Amino acid sequence: MKLLVCVSKTPETTAKIAFTEGNTQFDTSGVQFIMNPYDEWYALVRALELKEANGGSVTIINVGPAANDTVIRKGLAIGADEAVRVDAEPSSALFVAKQIAAYAKKEAFDVVFLGKETIDYNGSEVGAMVAELLDVPFISYASHMDMDGDTATVTRDIEGGNEVVEVKAPFVVSAAKGLAEQRIPNMRGIMMAKRKPLKVEPAVDAEDLSVAVHYELPPEKGDVKLVDPENMDELVRLLHEEAKAI
Amino acid sequence: MVLVLAETQKGQFKKAAYELTYYGHQTAQALGTECAALVLGTAEGAEELGKYGASEVYHINDTALDTFDSQAYTKVIAAAAEKAGANVVIVGHTSTGKSLLGRLAVRMNAGSVPAVNAVPTLEGGTFKVRKPVFSGKAFADYEVKSDNKVLSLMGNSLQPQEVGQAASVETLDVEVPAAQVTVKEVKRMEGRTPLPEAELVVSAGRGMKGPENWGIIEELAETMGATTACSRPVADADWRPHHEHVGQTGVAIRPNLYFAIGISGAIQHLAGVNSSKTIVVINKDPEAPFFKAADYGVVGDLFDVVPRLNEAMKKFKAEN
Ligand SMILES: Cc1cc2nc3c(=O)[nH]c(=O)nc-3n(C[C@H](O)[C@H](O)[C@H](O)COP(=O)(O)OP(=O)(O)OC[C@H]3O[C@@H](n4cnc5c(N)ncnc54)[C@H](O)[C@@H]3O)c2cc1C
Repeated sequence: MKLLVCVSKTPETTAKIAFTEGNTQFDTSGVQFIMNPYDEWYALVRALELKEANGGSVTIINVGPAANDTVIRKGLAIGADEAVRVDAEPSSALFVAKQIAAYAKKEAFDVVFLGKETIDYNGSEVGAMVAELLDVPFISYASHMDMDGDTATVTRDIEGGNEVVEVKAPFVVSAAKGLAEQRIPNMRGIMMAKRKPLKVEPAVDAEDLSVAVHYELPPEKGDVKLVDPENMDELVRLLHEEAKAI
Repeated sequence: MVLVLAETQKGQFKKAAYELTYYGHQTAQALGTECAALVLGTAEGAEELGKYGASEVYHINDTALDTFDSQAYTKVIAAAAEKAGANVVIVGHTSTGKSLLGRLAVRMNAGSVPAVNAVPTLEGGTFKVRKPVFSGKAFADYEVKSDNKVLSLMGNSLQPQEVGQAASVETLDVEVPAAQVTVKEVKRMEGRTPLPEAELVVSAGRGMKGPENWGIIEELAETMGATTACSRPVADADWRPHHEHVGQTGVAIRPNLYFAIGISGAIQHLAGVNSSKTIVVINKDPEAPFFKAADYGVVGDLFDVVPRLNEAMKKFKAEN
């Protein structure tokens, strides 16, 4: 099985969120970047486990500039066999999806993995786009997945429960919590990652049909109103009369 | 024309479908057009969608659509949009909608904006719509440049209102392709509203000390008709099921009322819950960072405060 794992780079979870250029650009100064947790913890690790059990290969793909190589090397250190970086700014979900789909088509991957969403733009769009571009099934929010030959049994999270589906490769799957357990790269992995291939590919033509043009921070919360712990009737009254929440 | 996908569960419409229809109606007004609703598979009471602003309801009544396959659904929705002359298609930001939005964008050659939470604007011919980004730590306004547009609406973004009358339901004849995905089993918790749709949420953290103490949380949730949630370490330790984990790497929610009990308010937790309309924090540590994000705070031991709060809630429920 040839497995492709899409990884993206996101600001670290405690990063200060600020904007520049008249609130039109995310301010990256002083921001640490990490591999998107859903890609790293669940998508990549489950792909590696499946390879370890059934053989095959795991390739990582990222769309981004050379600065993303550190994130890609981490994926190699965790255990991926090789990596590809499509050398372009990831300007929109559609742009990114077209790059991934073009590469996946060329190399005929059996399963394309990605995280259920990125923790910066929270779009959850790229997987479905790649699947449509390849005209293959898409299973979103997978929290469990087994493969038997080319048939996968996947549990996907739905509102208030889950759904078990069966699907044949090739397909695209997005990873949610539960799909695998996070792996920390060890020293050997880190050393080996340096020698693993990281190919750089040129981008294919793709248009942005929707783009973020302006950002805003939410209004500051006013001061908290403290309620006497002995007097919960008062809290209930405030929630009813003032907040109109109950 | 704006077309909304009104989802059903076991053939029934839920609040989310009415909210989406009402949002579609508001969007149509902003764009100077009308809103139609699309219903797929077995459904009862589709005419009711008219009350929330659908001028027409299209129903593709094929039982093959009772189980979900994003590939087949996408083909059907795109075909229906074409028949209805719709160039804006809106789905819910639900497990179904999230599997569809990107596919529809590609199939319809449409600019997409996921998880929007405000009605789009059209100024000087420029279509803009707002969505939360960075897990609720900021908002972004997106411009959509293409003629076709697809959006997904974040749940609990607006309160559905009745603006019209029951609509007539027109059966639409669209070919339903064979699904490539076989649904083996669907399991849902009965009774409680799922977290992303819940208006009232009672959430608890490591301050609970252990899973055996969750009785007081369950009781408060029961009294209020609320859904329970938890912080990440609580789910990681298997004190509570994973689907209750809220935050940046869990479920993002925006209920009307969020109770945070014995949760410190780490930035990753806040990221998933800070869009809640009213936040109440119960914590014994007056320095807990969560108080800075709260509307109401109670500094005290949760093991005393929560049962007392439950009694006060019961009294309130009995009187109202
Ligand atoms: C990449 C990353 C992603 C993360 N994603 C998430 C996420 O999605 N969601 C999430 O929740 N966390 C997330 N975390 C973890 C987060 O940083 C915190 O560790 C976590 O939220 C803390 O959980 P807690 O508040 O339950 O526990 P603690 O931080 O241990 O807080 C317990 C609180 O309970 C209070 N308390 C104790 N006893 C009592 C009592 N008797 N009465 C009243 N109060 C009491 C304490 O004062 C304290 O404030 C993430 C972390 C990382 C690094």
